[in-house]
Amino acid sequence: MNTDHRRQQELWQRILVVVLALLAILFIAPILIVLMNSFKSKFFISSEPFKFPNPDTFTGRENYIEGARKIGFFKAFGYSLFITVFSIIGISLATSMLGWYVTRVKNTFTTVVYYLLVFSMIVPFQMVMFTMSKTANMLHLDNPIGILVLYVGFGAGLGTFMFSGFIKTIPLSLEEAAMIDGATAPQTFFRIVYPMLKSTAITVAILNAMWVWNDYLLPYLTIGIEYRTIPVAIQYLRGGYGAVDMGAMMAMLVLAMVPIIVFYLVMQQHIIKGVVAGAVKG
Amino acid sequence: MQKSIQKYAALFVLPALICFVIAFLVPMIMGVVLSFFRFTTVLDGKFVGWENYRRIFINQEFTNALWFNVRFTVVSMITINVGAFVLASLLTMGLRGTNVFRTVFFMPNLIGGIVLGWIWNLIINGFLLSRGVTVVSDPKYGFWGLVVLMNWQNIGYMMVIYIAGLQNIPSELIEAARIDGAGRATMLKSVTLPSIAPSITICTFLTLTGGFRLFDQNLALTAGDPGKQTEMLALNIFNTFYGRSGFEGVGQAKAVLFTILVALIALTQLAFSRKQEVEA
Repeated sequence: MNTDHRRQQELWQRILVVVLALLAILFIAPILIVLMNSFKSKFFISSEPFKFPNPDTFTGRENYIEGARKIGFFKAFGYSLFITVFSIIGISLATSMLGWYVTRVKNTFTTVVYYLLVFSMIVPFQMVMFTMSKTANMLHLDNPIGILVLYVGFGAGLGTFMFSGFIKTIPLSLEEAAMIDGATAPQTFFRIVYPMLKSTAITVAILNAMWVWNDYLLPYLTIGIEYRTIPVAIQYLRGGYGAVDMGAMMAMLVLAMVPIIVFYLVMQQHIIKGVVAGAVKG
Repeated sequence: MQKSIQKYAALFVLPALICFVIAFLVPMIMGVVLSFFRFTTVLDGKFVGWENYRRIFINQEFTNALWFNVRFTVVSMITINVGAFVLASLLTMGLRGTNVFRTVFFMPNLIGGIVLGWIWNLIINGFLLSRGVTVVSDPKYGFWGLVVLMNWQNIGYMMVIYIAGLQNIPSELIEAARIDGAGRATMLKSVTLPSIAPSITICTFLTLTGGFRLFDQNLALTAGDPGKQTEMLALNIFNTFYGRSGFEGVGQAKAVLFTILVALIALTQLAFSRKQEVEA
């Protein structure tokens, strides 16, 4: 009876694993189909998207070369990387400092700032996109360095909120001891507090990296004409009128996904933890 | 201690605050004010009162976008949460390969909206090929295309939140219920679901606000076609601003209404979470 029961359970588990495996294949399939089509001539992609390339339809690297030339992919990659890296450095530094300040100094000013920042997290981008892009234009922030100011500004809400949430749980005694020993506020922050923020900093960095790297509308509206980031460059393939070059599109989709997937496979644990922490607190 | 920190207020506060004021606060205030003006650049406004808000409803565009958006959001919220919960349950049973499955299911979440839109543009058009139509031939294809896309992107994300919730259920609770003779259905209804209520709240509202804010995917998959029939709120606002000159004020007024809608959803979530905390 008991062994029968156990055998039945094992069978069930095996069936479930098979079902999950099929589902997993279904999940990866869209990416593989795009990869497969990136090696096919553009004339056959729309007419037979689910067929493997054959000698008639195979074009080798042509789509990659053509696509990269059309949208300036490697330049776009450079801009995306530059903007993402420096945005997350800027956001982590600026918001951890502000997060510490608003947690340790309690007055009307810090309370107002804190609630304004929290409020900014729920406002959709469409509310400010027009006025923000005009403001950025007037202040000459419409270049890859100026846009960092905008990203720090839009990232300020979540960053400050998460750092402040963590700092509330750190006992004051360490900081007090340091300051009694004569350390100034910046010394206390950078030598004592900042090293303790590491796990929150990783979470904030990951959430912001995913946002900035994939962001379309902000760079499109502010720097999109002169400096195309990857999402802007990809959408640019659609052009104004006429058919989209699906060959170039497939190749560029692959190139856009490769860095993300590599990053994900390397940092998987941190990413999943960070995303869960961000969702629960945000 | 507070005093000695305050001496350095400028150093700690200003970097983030200046950026915040430039990127968000000033544009936000300008946006609210300008929704009562007729303007083409932000400096040439002429006060028109509620005129812009009235003009929103001159045609059906905005209400159509709202209705499409509501239907899309409700359908995808339900399918994503049910799918994510089922997957999370399966991945907390200690099956073989759990880690690999989790990795795979979560992965689409990292891909950006524009790229996602084009991936599914290819796949959906491929499936519609036999009928001789494309994703923009009929709004229902665009609708279900967006639902499938959203599920693909978000099921893994919600799944990891549900997994975290499921793993936090104390094993004594499950053991006690089992000793009391609870069957599968009772276990689900009386133990599992109440224990993961916070996860359900989070996921419900993440999918709700995510659905209403959706822009990139909408732009890349259908761009609102055919004839604006698959246009959601964010895309409709964008097209009102940049589609043709003279409607900037109307776009801004739409944006204000959109913000109020999203803010109301967020505040409801806050109220829900508070209530749960009190009960727990």
